[in-house]
Amino acid sequence: MSDLHANAASYVRNEMLPPSDPPAMQTGAIKWLRENLFSGWLNTILTILGFAAIFFLLKEFTPWFLHGVWKANSLGECREIIAATWGEDAHGACWAVIRERWNQFMFGFYPRELYWRPILALLLLMVALAPILFSERSNKLWIAGGVVAALVLWLSVSYGQFLPVGILVVIAAVTALLGSRGAQWPSNLIWFSGLFPGLAFWLLWGGTVWLPVVAMLGFVVGWIAFRFASTVMGAIVGAGAGVVAAFLWWYFVAGPLVDALTQITGRTQPFWLRGVDSDEFGGFVLAFTIGIAGIAISLPMGIILALGRRSDMPLVKGLCVGFIEFIRGVPLITLLFVASLLLNYFLPPGTNFDIILRVIIMVTLFSAAYIAEVIRGGLAALPRGQYEAADALGLDYWKAQRLIIMPQALKISIPGIVSSFIGLFKDTTLVVFVALLDPLKGITDAVRASIEWKGVYWEPYIFVGAIFFIVCFSMSRYSMYLENKLKREHR
Amino acid sequence: MKKSVFLGTLAASALLAGYASSATLDDVKARGELICGVNTGLVGFAAPDANGNWQGFDVAICKAVAAAVLGDASKVKYVPTTGETRFTALASGEIDMLARNTTWTFSRDADLKFTFTGVNYYDGQGFMVKKDLGVSSAKELDGATVCIQTGTTTELNLADFFKVNNMSYQPVAIQTNAEGEQQYLAGACDAYTTDASGLAATRAVFADPENHVILPEIISKEPLGPLVRHGDDQWADINRWVLNALIAAEEFGVTSANVEELSKGTDNPEVNRILGSEGDLGAMIGLDKEWAKRAIAASGNYGEIFAATIGESTPIGLARGLNAQWTQGGLLYTPPFR
Amino acid sequence: MAIASETPKETFRLGMLVYDTRYRSLTIQVVVMLLAMAGAWWLYDNLMANLRVLDKEPSFSFLWNRAGYDINQTLIPYTNDDTHFRAMLVGLVNTILVAVLGCIAATVIGIIVGVLRLSKNWLVARLMTVYVEGFRNVPVLLWILVIFAVFTEITPQPRDFRVTDEMIAAGEEPVASKILFDSVAVTNRGTFVPKAVYERSLGEIQIGFLPISLNTVAILAVIVGSILGYRAIKKHATAVQEATGVRPKTLWKSLLVSFGPIILLLFALGFHLEIPTLGGFNFTGGILVSNALMALWLGLTLYTAAFIAEIVRAGILAISKGQTEASYALGIRPGRTMSLVILPQALRVIIPPLISQYLNLTKNSSLAIAVSYMDLRGTLGGITLNQTGRELECMLILMLIYLALSLLISSGMNVYNNAVKLKER
Repeated sequence: MSDLHANAASYVRNEMLPPSDPPAMQTGAIKWLRENLFSGWLNTILTILGFAAIFFLLKEFTPWFLHGVWKANSLGECREIIAATWGEDAHGACWAVIRERWNQFMFGFYPRELYWRPILALLLLMVALAPILFSERSNKLWIAGGVVAALVLWLSVSYGQFLPVGILVVIAAVTALLGSRGAQWPSNLIWFSGLFPGLAFWLLWGGTVWLPVVAMLGFVVGWIAFRFASTVMGAIVGAGAGVVAAFLWWYFVAGPLVDALTQITGRTQPFWLRGVDSDEFGGFVLAFTIGIAGIAISLPMGIILALGRRSDMPLVKGLCVGFIEFIRGVPLITLLFVASLLLNYFLPPGTNFDIILRVIIMVTLFSAAYIAEVIRGGLAALPRGQYEAADALGLDYWKAQRLIIMPQALKISIPGIVSSFIGLFKDTTLVVFVALLDPLKGITDAVRASIEWKGVYWEPYIFVGAIFFIVCFSMSRYSMYLENKLKREHR
Repeated sequence: MKKSVFLGTLAASALLAGYASSATLDDVKARGELICGVNTGLVGFAAPDANGNWQGFDVAICKAVAAAVLGDASKVKYVPTTGETRFTALASGEIDMLARNTTWTFSRDADLKFTFTGVNYYDGQGFMVKKDLGVSSAKELDGATVCIQTGTTTELNLADFFKVNNMSYQPVAIQTNAEGEQQYLAGACDAYTTDASGLAATRAVFADPENHVILPEIISKEPLGPLVRHGDDQWADINRWVLNALIAAEEFGVTSANVEELSKGTDNPEVNRILGSEGDLGAMIGLDKEWAKRAIAASGNYGEIFAATIGESTPIGLARGLNAQWTQGGLLYTPPFR
Repeated sequence: MAIASETPKETFRLGMLVYDTRYRSLTIQVVVMLLAMAGAWWLYDNLMANLRVLDKEPSFSFLWNRAGYDINQTLIPYTNDDTHFRAMLVGLVNTILVAVLGCIAATVIGIIVGVLRLSKNWLVARLMTVYVEGFRNVPVLLWILVIFAVFTEITPQPRDFRVTDEMIAAGEEPVASKILFDSVAVTNRGTFVPKAVYERSLGEIQIGFLPISLNTVAILAVIVGSILGYRAIKKHATAVQEATGVRPKTLWKSLLVSFGPIILLLFALGFHLEIPTLGGFNFTGGILVSNALMALWLGLTLYTAAFIAEIVRAGILAISKGQTEASYALGIRPGRTMSLVILPQALRVIIPPLISQYLNLTKNSSLAIAVSYMDLRGTLGGITLNQTGRELECMLILMLIYLALSLLISSGMNVYNNAVKLKER
């Protein structure tokens, strides 16, 4: 049999051939190219156009970037250096304007010896944000905290000021005390987040420390009144009593108390910082002040407006709808003009308050109306069953909102809220039209007004645009991170 | 989070900053600071230097008033105002006085309810063109594109001028002097028009001032002066007479150098009255005897201020022209101090 | 016994206003209303007190006074002898012009970019991502300023186009020359484009404040007629095809119907293009599209298009993958799948956020202030406000007009949204 078999086939393969490589067109880079860049005539054309665009842009701008000059005192000097190093016809960026006017771009006309104050406010902002943004403790947070503390120390040494260290020590001491009583880190810092607004106001504008202290005490007074009244007469009367008490405090007690305390302490350092006027603010200090204040106030305001708009009380609903639609219907510029031209008409004759505060109010109202609409969308997206379940548990309106509805609605609306925040931050550039020195136009115009830098356009725009891009882009990435982290559906 | 601060400040400012706007003098004294509205930046008239100190012709007026009222020329807070915000700022009490090359017109005086306290610079609207355009008269500007700074009377004057001369033009209305410069230098407009003094100040900071000419035609009368709100005559009087004292000081040869010496008494009874060594004119406007002496000492008399800020020895290089004393063929003529 | 069966009597106590849910909402509403009224009254009282102090009286009569200033872009007739009211209308028309142009261009670019961002082409998808992120994360004011600076700094001045006798003698070329067959001049003041002029006019009619040339009306009528005629021919051809199975040849007929009448009409009206020529300081003739308009339009368009692209992308991703697969299974090619299957469905998701982008663009057009484009804020809220000193009245009218524009856009788009919405029964 075997013999026959052997005769029938002259060759029998005993082992498999090694698999041959796929055809060259179906492998490696060529395959990737074919699939991703040249998968059809349309795609091929698009790819070629894309490469052409990139090539053109690189060809135009790379020499300009590479020929950049960092050390010069005027545009003319810049051009001379470029002509000397790269030849007569060469173009080049004059980054020296950023280097030379760095302080103006960052701080406007804020007094030079007081730069530590806005920087400290920014560092403390990070501390204040920690318990809000991060709920779990992690090693990264310890490192971040260490870096902030080191920066505060450096600041304090380089400006010869001991106040920053004092503030830091107080924060550390209170946090450690709370920590030893069992409060979790970083959420035991939450008290500082509450104090931060007053502290930041004092650091930025200076003056007596008692003004923010007494103003913040108004909240304490309101809270005490609320606790006291609500145990006696119920939550709703208590809330009313709290608000009334706080307003009475601010209206009647605050002024004389601040005066009296200022008289006692005098103008000594821990109680008094040199005052800085609003017209000395400028650059990114101004943009961040308006942006952060606006973001912080507009979120709670937006929540209240959204709840008002979904309320079943027609009067409350009507007021909220009217407010939201009016604000959303007009451009921010007109609101800013109202702030600068008309707001004084609507205050008691002779009163006046700071232009930056006026602008913050208008920016906040504008942003709150948009956030209200975003949150309304989130509330509408919640299934009815959630509301009914909350009712079935016997929760009252505020408890249901706080424990059941809002956490879910806010989670849904995170992308919308963050893009409103980004919009608000970008809109801080519009304050230039009411004669504030924003970094984009106010400061660059001021820089260009000097004889040395007349005619420098692109470098300041690129620099300011890059900073805005970094801030806004990281905000949008953070919102994506948060969205993913809070995702609870099955994946 | 800032809410608390806002409310607190609002409450505090409603209490602390609340004042009746009827007696500006008392407010200024109580505050210890004069709030003066100035230009956002016009070299020679009002512009901050690299350190943020304000300097210029209009700023000197603010300093003189502060010296007269508060005794210290440095106690001034300068509020930069644009053409659009200046009147509201004054009307709302945000500033005590406005010294921002503002033209004295009927409607501003009567309809906007302001009191002009005098004229510190007699100006007129002119045109600036590039020299190589080959234009020597504004009448040759038919068909030109003209940049105008808005918020002033200039756009009306311009429309009238081209209409009267039967010429056409393209207006480009720009917001600030900086934008106007940019457009003009880039050649986006053929001519730039504003007050002749402003043109001179703008040209002074160009890299190549010699390549730009200011055309001879002056198409309007622009008496520029400081102004205050209607309804506070005492404050208006103080402003008016501080300015007059500066002008009179030049006429009588009182300078910042010799004012100390002359205030001990001179042969000229009018000088004595101004400087307070005879009579008590200051009491009539609610000030002390030496108000005018301090005002003159602050930055000198009118002539000194002019020479130091916008005069021919400065880059701006304005001739006195109409702004010379009446004895020298100019228009400066103060009423007598008596 | 009698006591046990007696139900407690309903008596009204003051406390029930707060604790009884039946009355509580009424109480809250009354309190809120009172507070709102008190607030409004406080503002009004302050306003009146301030106006008394300033000795001013609110009045809108200034709108009928002579404006006295000139505007460089007037789509409706205007001279400096007209009233402030008419200046306001000129500004309003300019605002609407840039808003409409911006919305159209932003929609087109946005859809293209949104679709390309999902393209399988690696390079194109990355490039589009860079574009979207770059424009979304930087203030729109920056883009407007940069584009304006590009136009004013890089494009040539009108005088660079001049050809002098010496230059001809020396055989030199001028620094700059017109493009597109010597008809369009791009300068740092604006782009001069040819203008359609007619030798013979059919006259004008006045509708409201807007004079309308009968020539334009006639041309529009003829175009509409041609389109209807073309459709009729197509319909007839289809009918013949269905009856006989053979489609008649209609190419020549439809070409004639489409272009014949309009060519005849233009010839009869003596139509020709007026080419801008250099004279004096500027180009004369033709239409000037100012750089301010171009910069504002481009800036707003590119910025808003980045947002619209994201909306389009989200809308497309919201359509289930099964739709694409079903379409492929039917043998429809990717391009046609996108336009016939995906986009029509995605439209329903896209339209509501698109409305708010249109609103944003319209409102952002007030950034015209940055490039000195004379929009509504430039005339009414700018020069008129300065000349008359009536800031209260001017700002009030300004805000009301913007509000009306916004409400108009959103209601118009809502009507459209309802029309394309899925009809659920």
